[in-house]
Amino acid sequence: MAEIVLRDVEKFFGENYVIRKLNLTIQNKEFVVLLGPSGCGKTTTLRAIAGLEEIDRGDILIDGKAVQNLPAGDRDIAFVFQLFALYPHLTAYENIAFPLRATGESRSQIDGQVRAVAKAIQIEHLLSRRPSQLSGGDMQRIAIGRALVRRPKAMLMDEPIGALDAKLREEMRTELKRLHLENDSTTVYVTHDQVEAMSLADRIAIMNEGVLQQVGSPTEVYRHPANLFVAQFIGSPVMNVTKASVQTSGAVASVVVGEGDGSFGFPSELPQKMAAASHGQGDFMLGIRPEGVLVSRQQAPGYVPVEAHIIEPLGAYDIVDLKVGRQFIRARTASGYVGKPGETVYARLDESQTHFFHPATGESLNISFGGA
Amino acid sequence: MAVVSSPRKAVFNRLAIVGVLIATIVFLAPIYWIASTAFKPRELATTVPPTVFFTPEITPFIKLFVKRVQMTKPVDKATYDAAPWWEQRIYDGGERVLRTGGAVQLSAYPDRFMNSLIVAVISTILAVGFGTFTAYGFSRFKMAGEADLLFFILSTRMLPPIVVAIPMFLMYRAVGLNDTHVGLIILYVAFNLSFSVWLMKGFMDEIPKEYEEAALVDGYSRMQAFFKIVLPEAATGIAATAVFCFITAWNEYAFALMLTNRRAQTAPPFIPSQLGSGLPDWTTIAAGTVLFLLPVAIFTFVLRKHLLRGVTFGAIRK
Repeated sequence: MAEIVLRDVEKFFGENYVIRKLNLTIQNKEFVVLLGPSGCGKTTTLRAIAGLEEIDRGDILIDGKAVQNLPAGDRDIAFVFQLFALYPHLTAYENIAFPLRATGESRSQIDGQVRAVAKAIQIEHLLSRRPSQLSGGDMQRIAIGRALVRRPKAMLMDEPIGALDAKLREEMRTELKRLHLENDSTTVYVTHDQVEAMSLADRIAIMNEGVLQQVGSPTEVYRHPANLFVAQFIGSPVMNVTKASVQTSGAVASVVVGEGDGSFGFPSELPQKMAAASHGQGDFMLGIRPEGVLVSRQQAPGYVPVEAHIIEPLGAYDIVDLKVGRQFIRARTASGYVGKPGETVYARLDESQTHFFHPATGESLNISFGGA
Repeated sequence: MAVVSSPRKAVFNRLAIVGVLIATIVFLAPIYWIASTAFKPRELATTVPPTVFFTPEITPFIKLFVKRVQMTKPVDKATYDAAPWWEQRIYDGGERVLRTGGAVQLSAYPDRFMNSLIVAVISTILAVGFGTFTAYGFSRFKMAGEADLLFFILSTRMLPPIVVAIPMFLMYRAVGLNDTHVGLIILYVAFNLSFSVWLMKGFMDEIPKEYEEAALVDGYSRMQAFFKIVLPEAATGIAATAVFCFITAWNEYAFALMLTNRRAQTAPPFIPSQLGSGLPDWTTIAAGTVLFLLPVAIFTFVLRKHLLRGVTFGAIRK
């Protein structure tokens, strides 16, 4: 098992600058998820670690040793592909044994290892089948078995369960987590699915347009997004983001959203905090997740009247689009809490769940209000 | 069988079957004709209308394999009775078998047939082999002028081959490739290579590159990955390409006629040349043709599954 370090890695595809000065350290035994929209460079990064893609500048270190010029086979890592890449002309057994055959181990040694792995991933009964006779989930189990069997320094997975249907994906997610815990394998996992990332990762590295946006534990990136991109990429339903400004009258501070579309009361230390973040009185982008928008059917102190516009019942909870002037703010309410569209309800922003971003750069202003 | 869901569909299915039957009959008619002629007594070969019912005999095949000459006077009874049954069939036709010492002289047909096999098999192996490697290169690696190179390879097929017949003939004579197996093999490989490269590239493109990448990560070299993974995956494509190349080389007539005359002559120019010796003996020519059709028929039959896939390649992808 190993530590992987990416140092100032850069990669061009012709004119396209697909990885920009990437610095990332993956600790021994850590499960790191590279998360981002398609085309953000996450897969290229993974393939560069594997040696399937050459990098133009920078270093890739595995256990302190620069490997960027080594061929893939000499890096002692395993790769799980999205479309499994099982060899169709070989049985499941032969597929798992394939990496071992390259090492020239004896037949009985190989057999022992293949059977041990098959047991660990619970596919012993499938060993004699060919890939075409297997379900998608089983194919991916075999592919993971093929990766595990060599006991590589690290496992690299490129959307390994992206091709499976939703139910199976959930199952496999749990299984991947179990396998990771049992094997203590250093894992780098690429996905565009933030739910997958949140549930699997020790740390998530979020990328966009070749730039690493933020690295942190799932809770960190969820609670303290470093910028607007991360804020809106992580979390479902998506975080509300609206232009806003601060207004003070006496000891009372309030946040005006949009172009004076609505005003919500805030703790009076907001102006000081803004000043401390050296942002002064200017406009900013206000972010608040739907669960941070508190909704009440009764008038209550600090709550302002708004109109419920659309209600999306999602079973466990409802998502209600609240009309604030010309703006819409999505709130999460208990199922059936708001009766029907058009009703007037009262809303308040939970200041401990609000995020403040610079309007031009999108960077977080690092203003937060206790609690959480 | 297809599930018939409506009367209209049933009618359509019947019509389709009738259509297929008619097409099959039309396409098989010449083959039936040549095959039946190969078993006909000589005097029935050219009757008008064609004789459909006759007692089949294998005399044409005997004639095909032995050297024989026309006799000026009939054979005497003692010699006839002493001759083996197949030689008697030759005497029946007013000819006698040529012998050196006691041994029967074989006709040139077996030699020519062998030449066809040598040239077609070797040129197919080479064309498909080169084509597979070239296609792999084109499919997997970025190279400067890739599209131009592919177009150039294709362009070798744009000229009707016969246009270059005279220059080919002169060049071959100049370098001494006239009437040699090597000469024909080179020519047929050049013929088939562009076809082989393009067809194989289609198949190679269909093989996900992840297969090799998985092998590369697992510690195999690219060469090992090619032989262990790519080749087995491409087997279908290779088989289909081989059938097409083999048929082209096997059937080629014009260049074989022009560039070979004895040592390396293949069967296609040889079979009709028998027309010239004595009266045209259509039954023997038909026998030669039937035997000549067999290798391709067998080869195609053995690889028929791949062939069908070769025809529809690119269309099927799970």
